Amino acid sequence: MAKPKTLAEHLEHHEVSRRGFLKFCALTTSMMALPPSMIPTVARALETARRPSVIWLSFQECTGCTESLTRSHSPTIENLIFNYLSLDYHHTLQAASGEAAEQAREAAMAENHGQYLVAVDGSIPVKDGGVYSTIAGISNLEMLKQTVEGAAAVVAIGSCAAFGGLPHAHPNPTGAVPVQDLVHDKPVVNVSGCPPIPVVISGVLAHYLTFGRIPDLDGYGRPLSFFGTSIHDRCYRRPYYNKGLFAETFDDEGAKNGWCLFKLGCKGPTTYNACATAKWNQGTSFPIQSGHGCIGCSEPHFWDAGGFYQPLSAGIAGVGTLAGVAVVAGAAAGTAAGLMHHAKRKQAQRQHEKVTVADLKESGS
Amino acid sequence: MTGVELLIWVRGPGLQLSLAAFILGMTYRILQTYFLGRAKNLAEPRGSPWIHGMKTMWWRSFFHPGMTIRGYFTIISGYTFHLGFIITLLFFDQHIELFKSWTGLSWPALPPLVITVTAVLGIAALVAVLVDRFADPVRYLLSDYQDYLCWVLTVLPLVTGLLLVYKIWLPYTSLLVVHIISFEILLVAIPFTKLSHVFTIFIARWYNGAIAGYKGVQS
Repeated sequence: MAKPKTLAEHLEHHEVSRRGFLKFCALTTSMMALPPSMIPTVARALETARRPSVIWLSFQECTGCTESLTRSHSPTIENLIFNYLSLDYHHTLQAASGEAAEQAREAAMAENHGQYLVAVDGSIPVKDGGVYSTIAGISNLEMLKQTVEGAAAVVAIGSCAAFGGLPHAHPNPTGAVPVQDLVHDKPVVNVSGCPPIPVVISGVLAHYLTFGRIPDLDGYGRPLSFFGTSIHDRCYRRPYYNKGLFAETFDDEGAKNGWCLFKLGCKGPTTYNACATAKWNQGTSFPIQSGHGCIGCSEPHFWDAGGFYQPLSAGIAGVGTLAGVAVVAGAAAGTAAGLMHHAKRKQAQRQHEKVTVADLKESGS
Repeated sequence: MTGVELLIWVRGPGLQLSLAAFILGMTYRILQTYFLGRAKNLAEPRGSPWIHGMKTMWWRSFFHPGMTIRGYFTIISGYTFHLGFIITLLFFDQHIELFKSWTGLSWPALPPLVITVTAVLGIAALVAVLVDRFADPVRYLLSDYQDYLCWVLTVLPLVTGLLLVYKIWLPYTSLLVVHIISFEILLVAIPFTKLSHVFTIFIARWYNGAIAGYKGVQS
């Protein structure tokens, strides 16, 4: 059996230049918040890395995460490095289908037991035994359990896999849960976003190849190097926020002048992601730069966190009905208290006995 | 409960419940006070109680020389705190967005730097009156736990708001949660503590003015 090729050998075979490879290493190193001195280490590690087997499971999802990954930087080194991971199972990208596809997954699991990576996009329905989403007659829940059993680590790609996403939003009819609620005995990395930034996905995998372990994570299990700062902190419109200059509508002078989008519902202050630095479409832009506020898609429960166009300082639930009820209840309680007081006073008046001269004489005698 | 879940709760049900408690409590207090009633005055009225009541309610908000009879400290610190707090509450653009979400009404905001000054002045005045409360033996003896509770409940939204705007100490999400909670606790506490004077002071002023007006004298 031929020795598996290293990544460098694959890249050379596909005529990827050394310069292109090193540019990718520099970008990845920078995105991982590592110092420039680590670039040779990253390059060396990636050059000599054997292609790890990756099994990509797609559950309750929209394929947006895969679309993001495959379409964004094409044809760049990010795509290439993903091609040269041994992507042994992926609904959208694999040629095989039906039983052959499932056999490929089982074969990859058997051959790389304990060493392969599992990438999951989509949440897992668990209500009613997980019947709401099946692949080849196997429920998502069962397939995840089977596949994760021999995995080295799990990467939850996209907000559905990381936090439940849209299927998990109220009222969550399928009982959708994220990967981290079901996998407790393997390392889980959450690469959230709807969809996640491609370079963040490839960066996490590159980190695993370079260091042989998952990156440092934040409180939500996301790589700190990509999710360590908020969109607000890195936003080029931040100076306008500080000066109190806000766009009031999407076509007013403020919007045309590029002022802060806080009043139009931007969730940048509470959203942690690399959009403002890594950007999208080959570093062209990101939503705020295109004139639309951040919708907070990389945060848990972002579908249930109020309207996309409600400012962060505004309430997210209506108060009209409850306020009306409160007025009526307060008026009833206040009136009742007043009537009780009135009755007490009347009773005191009725029981009041006037002191007469005779009473005084009597008490004096 | 994670920070994000807490933020969703305080912006949703938390804000609803605290506002409902505030409205219910204030309606109760005002009506309860109204139904206490007063004995009928059988004397011939010598002026309009309503007009004098309204005038007094307005004019007593402003400085007049007789107020300084016990010195300037209380007057200056009182005005500074109250103006600082009210301007910060009503003229910070992010607060206006909250009122707009409740009522549909909005008005021009003051620049963030001005709001920072009013908030800092408000906090400074609150600290000054607290020091004075401890330093003055009579005032100290007259103070009870509710005075200190009200002080804490009032200063917290100002302090957490400043920390939030300048993102000091904690992440933005945590600071936003703490700031909104401090405001919600204040809302709930207002009707049931001495802080209910935000409304009852106007009733008391009107009543004082109305009595004087009925008698035909200046209030």
